[in-house]
Amino acid sequence: MESIVAEVNHIKKSFGTKQVLKDMNLKIEKGENLVVFGKSGSGKSVLIKCLVGLIEPEDGNVILFGKDITGLKESELNLVRKKVGFLFQSAALYDSMTVRENLEFPLRDLKKLPREEIDTLVLDVLKSVGLEEAIDKMPSELSGGMRKRVGLARTLILKPELILYDEPTTGLDPITSKEISHLILDVQKKYNAASIIITHDVECARITSNRMMIIKDGISVAEGTFSELSESKDEWVRSFFK
Amino acid sequence: MASDIETKTDSKEEKPAANIQSPYFKNVRGFFEGVTLGTRFSFRFFREIIRPRYEFNEFLKQSYLIGYRSLPLVAITGFIMGLVLTIQSRPTLAEFGAESWLPAMVAVSIVREMGPVITALIFAGKVGSGIGAEIASMKVTEQVDAMEVSGINPFKYIVVTRILAATIMLPLLVIAADAVSIYGSYIGVNLKGTVSFHLFFLQVFQALSFSDVFPATIKTFFFGFTVGLIGCYYGYNSNTGTEGVGKAANSSVVFGSLAIFIIDMIAVQLTSIFN
Repeated sequence: MESIVAEVNHIKKSFGTKQVLKDMNLKIEKGENLVVFGKSGSGKSVLIKCLVGLIEPEDGNVILFGKDITGLKESELNLVRKKVGFLFQSAALYDSMTVRENLEFPLRDLKKLPREEIDTLVLDVLKSVGLEEAIDKMPSELSGGMRKRVGLARTLILKPELILYDEPTTGLDPITSKEISHLILDVQKKYNAASIIITHDVECARITSNRMMIIKDGISVAEGTFSELSESKDEWVRSFFK
Repeated sequence: MASDIETKTDSKEEKPAANIQSPYFKNVRGFFEGVTLGTRFSFRFFREIIRPRYEFNEFLKQSYLIGYRSLPLVAITGFIMGLVLTIQSRPTLAEFGAESWLPAMVAVSIVREMGPVITALIFAGKVGSGIGAEIASMKVTEQVDAMEVSGINPFKYIVVTRILAATIMLPLLVIAADAVSIYGSYIGVNLKGTVSFHLFFLQVFQALSFSDVFPATIKTFFFGFTVGLIGCYYGYNSNTGTEGVGKAANSSVVFGSLAIFIIDMIAVQLTSIFN
């Protein structure tokens, strides 16, 4: 059981009268890439936001690294969050900071880290996403793909054990989407981190997934590898891959 | 601060349920909910301000952006305010042969009332709307969530630093605006006459007493706090996409300006009681 990084048990979440998550269950092991697939509005993003404590589920529990985070105090939750990286759909770079400052920001709590070590860490993660030359640029000077890469570099700087990707290829052209998908694979190999990738991009799912889960109306309806699901007997599941 | 909470009603229920659904009741309920949330938000500010970690660098940065960057606008407005007030008041005072009271009259009205209130209103327009829009757009672009996920307290980093900077910077801006305004008045006096710099300022300082300066300065701390608090509240609680950014900026200015007048009214009453 030690290899299980995150576990979601029977979580439910509603917004007003709409129940977004009805009875979600999920498990992910160390070093595994799990792709969560589904139509827009099926509850994929809410699921990973519950996973990291940004949204509190009404029922069920979320276990991260063996610790139940539901109802955890903010300070305790923050300790667990240090092991989790989150790449937001919009990359969520801090507009008022340069790329370097964006990457240094999560390191602020690591007191007494020498300047040289911070510089090395920043350069290392930027190199791993192929953007060393953008170190002193502002986010507004970057393209969509570059922003995603910097966002990914920022999540990698604390060497997370679990990385959550919220639609990493949305809004990108097919070539850049492919590059980002391969980057996710590289990150998996280099950092041996578990990843949950929320997407509705079939190509991204094909490249990155070890295992896939399909969500419909807040419930997981199918689970398996990419090839298993693409040849599913269920017409609705198969329709995603056409 | 209105909120849309839907209330399920059974068709068999009697009149009270229907009343709860009425727009009037919703507005009243929305108002009180808004007041409650606003109060909770300010309590959270006081709770977070005393707890480490202290975001001193961000506070300095915000002080620079909120204070120093507002100085040119405040100075220009202050100068025009002093100049215009002097030019407009001169004919009336001249009718009574009291032109020599012009420096004293202008100084007292600027220091007591016009300087703090007009500077605070400009501050609400520039800084309040800026804070509201900035924080709201940070929410829309998930920057606030990104901070939270990184284990950084966004309330402390974004809200506390801005409210504190607004509270401290506005009094300093008002002092600067008052000084420039009185200088504008000196220019205004000299447009139709000759009064030496020394004589003008001698009359100004003779007219001003501690009871003019002290309450006027104290109330500006409240103005600054309120403008910062309202801007942060609307920005931090906006959740309707890009439309929310505009709404947050607009509400910050409207309610910030309204709050300035309400605080000023209370401050004037209190000052007159103590005087």
